[in-house]
Amino acid sequence: MRHGKYPLIVTFLVPPLLLYGIFVISPYLQAFQISTTDWLGYSAEADPVGLANFERLLDDGRVWNALKNNAWLLAVVPVLTIGLGLFFATMLAMGGRKGRAGVTGVRGTSVYRMVYFFPQVLSVVIIALLWREVYHPNSGLLNGALGAVGLPTPTWLGDPRTAFWCVLAVMVWSNVGFYVVLFGAAMSAIPRDIYEAVMLDGASRWTTLRKITIPLLWDTVQVAWIYLAIAALDGFILIQQMTNGGPNFSSDVIGLRMYETAFGSENRFGYASAIGVVLFFLTLSVAVLALRAARRDRIEYS
Amino acid sequence: MTILDKPASDGTAAGDRSAPEVRKLRRETGGANVFSHGFLVFWGALTVLPLLWMFLSSFKSDAEILADPWGLPGALRFENWARAWTEAHIGQYFLNSAIVVAGSLTLTMLLGATAAYVFARYEFPGRQVFYYLFVGGMMFPVFLALVPLFFVVRNAGLFGTWTGLMLVYAAYSLPFTVFFLTAFFRTLPTAVAEAALMDGCGHFRLFFRVMLPMARPGLISIAIFNFLSHWNQFILPQVLMQGDDSKWVLAQGLAALAVSQGYQGDYSGLFAGLTIATLPVLVVYIAFQRQIQTGLTAGQLK
Repeated sequence: MRHGKYPLIVTFLVPPLLLYGIFVISPYLQAFQISTTDWLGYSAEADPVGLANFERLLDDGRVWNALKNNAWLLAVVPVLTIGLGLFFATMLAMGGRKGRAGVTGVRGTSVYRMVYFFPQVLSVVIIALLWREVYHPNSGLLNGALGAVGLPTPTWLGDPRTAFWCVLAVMVWSNVGFYVVLFGAAMSAIPRDIYEAVMLDGASRWTTLRKITIPLLWDTVQVAWIYLAIAALDGFILIQQMTNGGPNFSSDVIGLRMYETAFGSENRFGYASAIGVVLFFLTLSVAVLALRAARRDRIEYS
Repeated sequence: MTILDKPASDGTAAGDRSAPEVRKLRRETGGANVFSHGFLVFWGALTVLPLLWMFLSSFKSDAEILADPWGLPGALRFENWARAWTEAHIGQYFLNSAIVVAGSLTLTMLLGATAAYVFARYEFPGRQVFYYLFVGGMMFPVFLALVPLFFVVRNAGLFGTWTGLMLVYAAYSLPFTVFFLTAFFRTLPTAVAEAALMDGCGHFRLFFRVMLPMARPGLISIAIFNFLSHWNQFILPQVLMQGDDSKWVLAQGLAALAVSQGYQGDYSGLFAGLTIATLPVLVVYIAFQRQIQTGLTAGQLK
């Protein structure tokens, strides 16, 4: 019955494989090769320099500065986003008045979800440009409100002490809605009789959340953690459009460093690729670590 | 998610319990309801306010924007929109984005569906290897491969062309598309396909006439997902579509508008441009919100 399947397999698989090989796999592989050269771009000359680019990376204060900011993103964004996501998803799923033992959702759950999800469908460029105006020292929404009630009006993105944290807040803002919907979908998959049983046993909301909901959601939380960790190593568009790494490199991230090295005022492709390779391994190890950490916790709960 | 909204089960569920217990539960959950709505409304306002502000500011004059960020527009100045549409070429970029996304989306769906179908339904040597090769690409952000990709595209003579963008968008969308659709094709019943083959239906006809129509819900979800991600793409065009600004896509145009706004102080033009770019996406989102939320979150839950 299965004879004659090979023509189909070949016709169906070869075009996507070609496209994927040329535009995805080969660039990834080439990145490793280019990272060991001193290639400056438009000339054909690229001398192999071994690991010199990587040695220079170790002494590059700007790269370390950018990495430090990515480390902050990595430490803060997933925790805040998942925390707020779980909080609001819980409110939506079990904050309701009517119904059995507090398992019911609040009224208008789908409206809340629709609104929360807005930022997720917008281009990151739009989000970045909009928030740049919100933070505007004179005509911004934020300082307009602060000024009206007589509070001090900082310059936000213009101040090296606050610029980075302002962008971080936008990163959290734009992601929370997605995770509310994600966790909400996972919560509605939990059988309701479990909740009814524990509520009848007299468990409080907080206990239910801690002992039932979160352990049962742990797989989803773990996936969220990995995605957010990878996103935290990026942050390129928001930073580039909101602060361009400034003032005075205070909000620089590694992705922007790489972009500026390759396509900015200079074209040091070899060095930029070395940054890319470091980033590749960072992403890989962060994903593996997040998986590991999450897995250990899951065993504790179950 | 609608299951949780139904208030119908109130009486029957409470009927089993003794009266004081029910009253206690009522009181507790009643308080929680106000409490949760408070937080939920707060976050909703935090999400909507910047967008609403952007919309209202697009009708204001520059003087109004600078004088009072929280004030309402004195008149509906559609000339701001007209200025953004023609002078900032947002109309042109809108059209360009539509052309690029139409091509890239068609390509992604065609190649993604065929590859996924083969992975889901046929046994052949190397199937696992190819599958993980595709799916592995989901892990890494695009810009790790940015430098070599720039040269791959340039050497192929596709630099600064829409064709190049379409091919690259499609290539980088394949991992998730293949992953999602493979899972989807696996859920479809095998009996229909076997019956069709038994009746002498060829493998190609089976795919186009039987399997594709059966997979429609999955195809729609992933098409919406890809549409949004292609429409909002910024890094790829930024690198692969430098130079000739008549071919730019919307996100590039907005970034450029923000830069020129910085020099000219045309705040209202920027807000109008952002609004023009946001509205269609929001309208599409509100119309298809269920599918979009499922499409965007389903992949993570699997």
